[in-house]
Amino acid sequence: MMRPIIEMKNVVKSFGVFKALHGVDLRVGEGEIVVVIGPSGSGKSTLIRCINQLEEHNDGEIIVDGAEVGRGRKSTVLTEVGMVFQSFNLFPHMTVLRNVALGPVRVRGLSWGAAEERAQRLLTRVGLEDHVEKYPAQLSGGQQQRVGIARALAMEPKVLLFDEPTSALDPEMVGEVLDVMQQLAKTGVTMVVVTHEMGFARKVADRVVFMDGGRIVEEGPPDEIFNSPRDPRLRSFLQAVLSH
Amino acid sequence: MVTNVEALPVMSIFDTFLNWKVFVQTLPLLLSGLTTTLTLGVTAIVLGFIGGLILALLRLYASSPLRQIAVAYIDIFRSIPILVLLVVIYYALPFVGLRLSPFGAAASALSLVSAAYSAEIFRAGIEAVPRGQFEAARALGLSPWRRMSDVVLPQALRIVIPPITSNSINVMKDTALASVVAMPDLLKQATQAQALAANPTPLISAAIIYILILMPLVRLVGVFEKRLAVRGR
Repeated sequence: MMRPIIEMKNVVKSFGVFKALHGVDLRVGEGEIVVVIGPSGSGKSTLIRCINQLEEHNDGEIIVDGAEVGRGRKSTVLTEVGMVFQSFNLFPHMTVLRNVALGPVRVRGLSWGAAEERAQRLLTRVGLEDHVEKYPAQLSGGQQQRVGIARALAMEPKVLLFDEPTSALDPEMVGEVLDVMQQLAKTGVTMVVVTHEMGFARKVADRVVFMDGGRIVEEGPPDEIFNSPRDPRLRSFLQAVLSH
Repeated sequence: MVTNVEALPVMSIFDTFLNWKVFVQTLPLLLSGLTTTLTLGVTAIVLGFIGGLILALLRLYASSPLRQIAVAYIDIFRSIPILVLLVVIYYALPFVGLRLSPFGAAASALSLVSAAYSAEIFRAGIEAVPRGQFEAARALGLSPWRRMSDVVLPQALRIVIPPITSNSINVMKDTALASVVAMPDLLKQATQAQALAANPTPLISAAIIYILILMPLVRLVGVFEKRLAVRGR
């Protein structure tokens, strides 16, 4: 296996009495595309939110690029982890260009000029070169999510996390976002994607992880997961999402 | 004596309350009072704004002892009547060696109280910024200070414009309390002028000046609220 960039060992996360993760182990290699699937409430989002410490895990170990994170540690390694949110979470008071340039300026120390040049390049890459001076509210959902992806990319992260990036989109806009993600997957960046888009998982993933009840139930290459699922929970899940 | 008594009913309501001659005579005095009032009000509004922002951040994000001090401060200064605070600052503090000018005392009292009210307004504003904004700022790797200054506060400030303007109007009105510590503000000058002219016209003039200064601000709050309601949809 490639050098692991994310290692989760026996990670536990509880919200009060509710246990969202029951000791999860996951290794993601450098450049690997891992797609996490599973029913809602299975802990998929919690899993990736623990990786960049938007949720602090209660037990176990999370190592990102060789450095342990969380449980009180202050670590700069998390700036190597970018995130794309279900609800985009663009900054509404800034132009699209500024949204993308902000991180490089404030965190990487670039000048505004250099950062905006980088932002311009990335926005062109996601097909939004004509919208750089607009505000997020003036864009469609699909466009906003592409800005979200450009914003995460601008930090030149080693890992990109996607938390159900197409779940808040109208159906006709899902494709444009998945296209961008698919292109991205070819560039060698490590991606962990939580999604309900089974077509994307099948086509793009190196490995598919199926979660249920806060545990990783089954994982493997997409062929195996979709064509010969072993666990009955995975089988019934696939039946439910693929039957229509 | 008799002529005087008979003369009284002749004095119309205009001669008494809206006497043009008295108005013109006392106007310079009133305007100097207005300058003092505006200086005092603006000072208290600005200091209250800064203090309120700091208190709100302490209350929301500081660790235990500091946070509790901020909470206690906010509760105490929202409960104490400004007039009482003003009298304490001006008349009692000299006993412990702290003697403030009338302006200093009035500006302190008004700022201390305004900061407490502003703090609660800012807190509500910051809490109204969606959680996703905090998360996106954090995921980007921004420092806590940058998350506030670049992402949260610009949005929170927009939300609090109407209530902060409302609070500023209250502060402006409360400057009239400063007249009890011999501060030559608009109200004090009006009562002074009233005594000198033996006529209440200056008081009415002062009332009109207050309204002329504050009514545009009151209208402005309405405009802000309407605009915010439209954007919020």
